[in-house]
Amino acid sequence: MIEIENVRKSFGPLEVLKGINLTVQKGEVLTVIGGSGSGKSTLLTCINGLEPIDSGRILVDGIEVHAKTTDLNKLRRKIGIVFQQWNAFPHLTVVENVMLAQVKVLKRSKAEAEAEAVRQLKHVGLSDKLNVYPSRLSGGQQQRMAIARALAMSPDYMLFDEVTSALDPQLVGEVLDTLRMLASEGMTMICVTHEMKFAREVSDRVAFFDKGVMAEIAPPEELFGAPKDPELRKFLAATH
Amino acid sequence: MFDTALTANDLIFLAKGAGMTLIVTGISVLLGTILGILFGVFRYQVGPWWAAPLTFVLDIFRSIPLLIQLVLANAFVTTVLGFRISGFTVACGVLSLYTSAYCAEIVRGGIESVPTTLRRAARSLGMTWGQDMRSIVLPLATRVALPSWIGLALGVMKDSALVFIVQVVELLKSTQILITRLQEPLFLLMICGLFYFVISFPVARLGGYLERRWSND
Ligand SMILES: Nc1ncnc2c1ncn2[C@@H]1O[C@H](COP(=O)(O)OP(=O)(O)O)[C@@H](O)[C@H]1O
Ligand SMILES: [Mg+2]
Repeated sequence: MIEIENVRKSFGPLEVLKGINLTVQKGEVLTVIGGSGSGKSTLLTCINGLEPIDSGRILVDGIEVHAKTTDLNKLRRKIGIVFQQWNAFPHLTVVENVMLAQVKVLKRSKAEAEAEAVRQLKHVGLSDKLNVYPSRLSGGQQQRMAIARALAMSPDYMLFDEVTSALDPQLVGEVLDTLRMLASEGMTMICVTHEMKFAREVSDRVAFFDKGVMAEIAPPEELFGAPKDPELRKFLAATH
Repeated sequence: MFDTALTANDLIFLAKGAGMTLIVTGISVLLGTILGILFGVFRYQVGPWWAAPLTFVLDIFRSIPLLIQLVLANAFVTTVLGFRISGFTVACGVLSLYTSAYCAEIVRGGIESVPTTLRRAARSLGMTWGQDMRSIVLPLATRVALPSWIGLALGVMKDSALVFIVQVVELLKSTQILITRLQEPLFLLMICGLFYFVISFPVARLGGYLERRWSND
C-alpha cells in the first residue's frame, strides 16, 4: 500500500505539490491525468525518494520514504519506475541493461540474472533483441526494455510517467499493451498518462491533478462520465 | 647516407633520455589522472560554490607556465623547506599536479556529459551512488573524456621536456648535450623527434582503438 499524507513540495518559490492526500491499495491501478506542470512527475519521484519533500509523509508498505533511517536503495527495489525520456544504458546490450541492477543490487548470479532478464524481455516482446545495443531499438522498444528492466527487480509497485509521450503515434499502442498486460496480471500501478482511452479502460481510479492539487479522484466511469471539478471539465473538453 | 660522428653509445645515451621522458610522463600521467579523478568528482559533487577554493588552486596550476612552476617548487622545497629531494621527485610532483589540474576539468566534463535521466534510472533501480558511478558514469564519461585525456597525456609528454630545469636529463636535454658535443643539430633533432614519435604513437593509436571498440554498432 502506498499512503501519501498531506505532502507538500516546492522548487524554490514555486509550490509544486500543495498538500496531496492519496492512498493506493495493493493491486490497484491508478492513473493520474492533468495539465503539464501540475506536479504529476514530481509526485512519482517523491514516492521513490528521488526528490525530497517539504512536509507530510509518504509510506510504502508502512515504511516512511523520507525518514532519515530509511534505506532508500533497499526501498527502491520494491518500486519500479519508468520515465518519459528513454533511458536505456547505451553502453550495455538490451539483456545487460536488464541484468545490471539484478547483479549489483539483488546480488543475483550472472546466470540467474540473465535467465530473469530473458524471461522479462520475452514478456514484453523483445526476445529477438537480447544482444542488440539500445541505439538499434525504436522508442517503443526502448520503453518496453525499460519496463522489463524494472520488472526484473520483482517490484511490488510500478510507477509510469507518461511513458508513451515521447513516442511516435504508431509506437504508442505496443507500450500501452504492455501496461494493460501488467494491469491484468494484478500489478499495483500508478500511471501518469495523457491517453484518456487507456485511462478509462485500465484504471480502478483516475486522479486529476491541477496546479499541485489533486482536484478530483474517482473511478473512471464517474470521473470521465460526470466530472465535477470545473478545471477537469475544461481539461477533458480540451483533450477530446 | 651521410657522415656522422654519432656512435652506438650516443644512441644508448639518447635512449636513456627517452626512457627518462617515458618514466616522468608515466608517473605524472598516472598520479595526475588519479588526483584529477578525485578532484573532478569532488568538484562535480559539491557544486561550484564549495569547490571554489580547489578550483582556484587548480586554475593556478593551469595558468602559470610549467617552467616557472618547476623552478619555484624546486627552490621552495629544497631551499625554504630544506628537504633533500631529487630534481626527479620535484619534476614528478609538479608535473602530476599540473596534469591533475587539466584532468579534473576533463573528468568534470565527462561526468556532466552523462544525462541525469540515466543516473536517475540507475538510482531508481536501487543502485547506490557508488554503483551508479562505477557502472554507468565511469564507462560513459570515459568514452566522452578519452580523446581529451589522450591529448593531455601526449601534451604532458612534450611538456616533460621542461624538467631539464631541475636537472633531470630527459630526451630533449640528452639531445642538446649531444648537439653541443657533435655539432650536428638537424640530424640529432631528427632522431630525437623520431624517439618522441615512437613513444607517442602507441598512445595516440590506443585512443583510436578504444573509440572503435566502444562505438556499439
Ligand atoms: N528539478 C526541478 N527544479 C525546479 N523546478 C522543477 C523541477 N522539476 C519540476 N519543476 C517544476 O515543477 C512543476 C511541476 O513539474 P512536474 O512535476 O514535472 O509536472 P508534470 O509532470 O505534471 O508536468 C513545473 O512547473 C516544473 O517546471
Ligand atoms: Mg511530467
